[in-house]
Amino acid sequence: MGAGHPRNRLRGMGFVDRHAKWLFPLPAMVFIFVMMIFPLIYTLYNSFTGWSLSSGAPRTWNHFANYARLVHDDRFLLSIVRMFYFTVAAVAVELIIGTAVAVFLNRSFRGKNIIQALLLLPMMATPVAVAMVWMLMFEPTAGIVNYLLSIVGLPQPGWLGEARWALPTLILLDVWEWSPMITLMALAGLTNLSSETLEAAAVDGATPWQTFWRITLPLLRPTLTVAVLLRVIDALKWFDTIYATTGGGPGYATETLNIYTYQQAFSYFNFGYVSSILVVFFAIVLGISLLLSVIRGRVEA
Amino acid sequence: MKPRFAMLAGSAVTLVGLLAGCGGGSVGSSQNNAGNPASSTKGVTIRVVLANHPWTDGIKKLLPDFESKTGIHVNLESYGETQLTQKLTTEFTSGNSDIDVFAQRPLQEARLFVQNGWYQDLNGYVKDQQKTPTDWQYNDFFPSALQTENVNGTLTGIPIVVEHEVLYYRKDLFAKANLQPPKTIDELVTDAQKLTDKSHGIYGFVARGDRQASVTQFSSFLYSYGGDWFDQQTKKATLNTPEAIQAFETYGKLLKDYGPPGTLNMSWPQAAAVFAQGKAAMWTDADSVFQNVTDPSKSQVAQNVGIAKFPAGPKGSIPYSVTSWGLSIPKTAPHKDAAWQFIVWATSPDTVKKLQTGSSPVPGARASLWNDEDMKSFPSDWVAAAKASADGRPYDRPLVVQVGQARDIIGTVIDTGIQGGDVTAAASSANQQFQQLLDTEKK
Repeated sequence: MGAGHPRNRLRGMGFVDRHAKWLFPLPAMVFIFVMMIFPLIYTLYNSFTGWSLSSGAPRTWNHFANYARLVHDDRFLLSIVRMFYFTVAAVAVELIIGTAVAVFLNRSFRGKNIIQALLLLPMMATPVAVAMVWMLMFEPTAGIVNYLLSIVGLPQPGWLGEARWALPTLILLDVWEWSPMITLMALAGLTNLSSETLEAAAVDGATPWQTFWRITLPLLRPTLTVAVLLRVIDALKWFDTIYATTGGGPGYATETLNIYTYQQAFSYFNFGYVSSILVVFFAIVLGISLLLSVIRGRVEA
Repeated sequence: MKPRFAMLAGSAVTLVGLLAGCGGGSVGSSQNNAGNPASSTKGVTIRVVLANHPWTDGIKKLLPDFESKTGIHVNLESYGETQLTQKLTTEFTSGNSDIDVFAQRPLQEARLFVQNGWYQDLNGYVKDQQKTPTDWQYNDFFPSALQTENVNGTLTGIPIVVEHEVLYYRKDLFAKANLQPPKTIDELVTDAQKLTDKSHGIYGFVARGDRQASVTQFSSFLYSYGGDWFDQQTKKATLNTPEAIQAFETYGKLLKDYGPPGTLNMSWPQAAAVFAQGKAAMWTDADSVFQNVTDPSKSQVAQNVGIAKFPAGPKGSIPYSVTSWGLSIPKTAPHKDAAWQFIVWATSPDTVKKLQTGSSPVPGARASLWNDEDMKSFPSDWVAAAKASADGRPYDRPLVVQVGQARDIIGTVIDTGIQGGDVTAAASSANQQFQQLLDTEKK
């Protein structure tokens, strides 16, 4: 790029020209370093220290003591299990519902635009506002859900207020909020499919069911992989709705890793220990993202 | 182009104005230091960080009085209580906070903050007659309220709001069932059973069941049964004593058998809502939140709410009686003298009287103002119940540094009781964990 410039340029510009490939991205690199890499390194550093506001002792280097403690911390281990349970269940259901709705919507009919616009609504709503509405609807005594169930004569669970129902209720909430995203991405993928293959299948006498399983779904797979990747990363880090509805309760029934992290940091003030949890958390999210990217590469190849 | 330029110029002027304002304040304070204390703080701007609370709403309206009297400008911020703790710890940890006055929950935070050396000890200010006028009357504050603020000899704050646990009950339901409000916990249990009518959606009893939030309201049950969190002399945890287990079991049974579903997620707003909607006959919680059930705009049963002293257990009726909020000065405060003037004004007999008699009255911590005349904004049975509780325990949670962990440990036993689990096993495992926590704080 810098080669072959006329010599009659301003002298000072020579430096800029020669180093353009460093200089231009520099502001962005500084920003990324200050806002992302520095906090990460600082957290890593803290994770090797015994820094707790409640100990009264100065911050000391304690090597791997925090990590050794993690292995025996039941709340930590259970919160990881809950995080995966939630992520796998929610994303699986969202994938099925989202794709099914997309296939159903992938034809022209009156009011299609309105329905597509409506699909966006759950995603646009503020998570905390959504949480409030769901809490009211699923309130065990005064909520509308149990009222409707009582009319039909079905049993009325305690939803968010009952330990074994709380996490499934939150999964339901997440499915409601995020299935539309899969639908929209799948719809975009479907519109890009060539109609020729589908027509050829129809000529060959394939049933709609066969067409879906043998042609549409395989062609849609790259799109769906990206959708799943995005949803999985988001679901692992999910915080706001849990915090606003149950805060990790009843008991510890909905305490995912993210909620536990928050408790350790802002209720217990164990900054060193919480840093080690965050490092593990970061490694998990990074690992899964890489894994999904590899899968995605295979699918697209 | 023209309007945009005008806007730019306007904001530049504002900016300059702001800078000038700040500069003027600090210059004023340093120049006049030689003079008397009142004039040295003139023109100073102090940063006051408070909680979202009726007390804050009340003091906001009175601020102009203070500003015109002293010439001190007040920049007031307020946050939700959890956010406030987060804000304070983050700022104080960073070491360059410019907060001059903050509202604190002494029982929740004071030990942690003392541990980290974040307080200006107010003992020196209270005794200094140069800084504190004699008519401020330090000895007028309730002894239990001051005791709550006192941590290992440090006076961490001046109490602004006091709180006791009381019993709220539905007069109409009790009259219909021909019952008197319970005087003992045993009566409370039998009354709760009699008044529960699940087919009509009426539950005998409601209270907090949330793991962290329930601990404070469970405390009066524990004390009245003769239990405590730990022995303060020997630092031995006492969560699995027979008295404590009885208290855990009773509280759990009340909510499991006679409480509405979903109590495990309830803090006071949810429990208050159940009671205000007419779905519960009794509710035990802090007296300071009474307006949520006695104000007709918030409560469907406002006319029928009765308030009584916390019922007695085997050791009598021992409710907590604590300072729920106080005002403190951080060690790092840039304008300590002005900050102290603000606290003296906000806790003066005159201001407290105004706050107590306003439209949303807040119970202050001054004994001399708890007469009928100055308490006329409160329901009469509220005043009687609160007065009778004044000599209760000065703490509603264990007095430890790691309050958050302690509440989680204890709350787990409470939740086990509500879910009908093995309370004895849960209590002994909790006792072990709590002992470990106490041991780490012994040194």
